[in-house]
Amino acid sequence: MSDHSEQHAGATHIVGYGQYILIWAGLMGLTGATVALSGIELGRWIVVTALVIASVKSLLVLSIFMHLRFEDRTFRLFVAVSGLVLLIFLVLIFSDYAFR
Amino acid sequence: MTTTAVGVHGEGHVHRDDYGSKMGMWLFLFTELILFGGMFVIYAVYRYAHQAEFELGSKELDTLVGTINTMVLLTSSLTVAMSITAIQRGNKKFSLLLIGITIVLAVVFLINKYFEWSHKFSVGLYPQSPELLNKPQGEILYFGLYFVMTGLHALHVIIGAIVLAVMMHFIRQDVITKDSYVRLEAGALYWHLVDIIWIFLFPLFYLIH
Repeated sequence: MSDHSEQHAGATHIVGYGQYILIWAGLMGLTGATVALSGIELGRWIVVTALVIASVKSLLVLSIFMHLRFEDRTFRLFVAVSGLVLLIFLVLIFSDYAFR
Repeated sequence: MTTTAVGVHGEGHVHRDDYGSKMGMWLFLFTELILFGGMFVIYAVYRYAHQAEFELGSKELDTLVGTINTMVLLTSSLTVAMSITAIQRGNKKFSLLLIGITIVLAVVFLINKYFEWSHKFSVGLYPQSPELLNKPQGEILYFGLYFVMTGLHALHVIIGAIVLAVMMHFIRQDVITKDSYVRLEAGALYWHLVDIIWIFLFPLFYLIH
């Protein structure tokens, strides 16, 4: 049994506490940045910057907290496809809505 | 690479497919993504049509409460992620403590939400309120989306906290152990999804004005 758990540990990627805390600090920093930027008059760019920051935060959560970085490629492919589906929704609806 | 070795290398009686379990969880998360994604598309279209009124509506939200709740959820994501490392290293007590903190943070989030919503209600802002119906069309749409989207999200926070409480029970009962923790991973994945949805809700409702 002890032999088995060694094999098991070898097959699984264990993320250290330090790496998680580093990612968390980054997420907090980005939250501060997005709040600070919302105070500045950026006009139409405010939506773009807010969405870019939110996307970077999600990527950090997906890749490290949700272990996608250490998972099989299939999982990453799935996530990419579902993101693409949402993008197609958005593009199709706007191509209809913007030209009527 | 991630397929857990149990049941593959001839131990005989244990048959488990952690890879399949995790994939099932991800597939479920995609249905959640489409559920919220549809609402984000509605938000995008209405915002495009009523830019100024959405900005007015967003000024009525308390950025401070939103920021605090964002930090609370991000921290809860950290603690639930760390609880997996703890169980992988065989540290059962620390894992339980970390999940416990996650649930406490979930409750803090909901308490904030409760005060935020009660404040809105007390100034006459709730779906179909006379106060709200007197406002321009765009603001009615903004607050409609605000209540539906943050409400559905809060429901997910409640469900996530219950799921994590069940995971604590499993750890105590040694159903989740150092060698078998895919349930905890699935519960944590759900919790992170709730966090990601908030990562987008927060700027779109609180910050864009």
